[in-house]
Amino acid sequence: MTYTAGSAVVVLVAILVDLFVLRTALLRSATWWMAYGIIVVFQLITNGWLTGRGIVRYSDKAILGSGRIVFLGDGRIAYAPVEDLAFGFALVLISCAAWVWTGARIRTAP
Amino acid sequence: MPSWLGSRPRCAAARWKRPTDRGSQLIVGADWKHASYAAMLVFVLIGSLPLHRFFRLSVLRQPLRLCAAILPAAVLFVLWDQAATAAGQWRFDPAQTLSWRLLGLPLEEYAFFVVIPLAGILTFEAVTVVRDRGRTP
Repeated sequence: MTYTAGSAVVVLVAILVDLFVLRTALLRSATWWMAYGIIVVFQLITNGWLTGRGIVRYSDKAILGSGRIVFLGDGRIAYAPVEDLAFGFALVLISCAAWVWTGARIRTAP
Repeated sequence: MPSWLGSRPRCAAARWKRPTDRGSQLIVGADWKHASYAAMLVFVLIGSLPLHRFFRLSVLRQPLRLCAAILPAAVLFVLWDQAATAAGQWRFDPAQTLSWRLLGLPLEEYAFFVVIPLAGILTFEAVTVVRDRGRTP
């Protein structure tokens, strides 16, 4: 499975976890989208550092782009493959959903 | 153009280049370029940890809940990361990471899956506090 397919799958998993498994429904809350708006800006900066400097290098066979490191275009945004945005979105959504879910468990515990 | 004119800039360039060769060596013997990845993690922590005090969050006072929230995603993403690295989908520059490796990944990569979700949760909680304040004047 390429990174492109993997990142699509993990976004789907994150959506299912939030809406149907944990039923935290962060995706339907303004709080999540405001937080994600802040997070994605910092993701572009930090990911740009990791990919622009070549700290992490991708195989051209795994990503949409050609593997060339450019700031914008060729399947990249701020040096990082667009797949990274899906990767980050899923990682943070699952973590925040789990955080909210465990909080609800604590509050409802007898 | 006489040959000495052509060769001069090259000499000058070489002279200018010398200090930058050692630019990443602030302490003799320590190559700071190896800390490039670790520096990004430190940057994220410096940017997100102050939220805890500023918005009087209680995230770090609930270490067990924090572990329970971070661990499942971290395990899933680490397994994916290890498989993708082993398959050659991506790799890490040995010159810009610390020398430690664990099951094919640099130590920083494991820290990534703790630091990034933590920063995400802190941001989420900070936004929650700000919005709650707006609702109850």
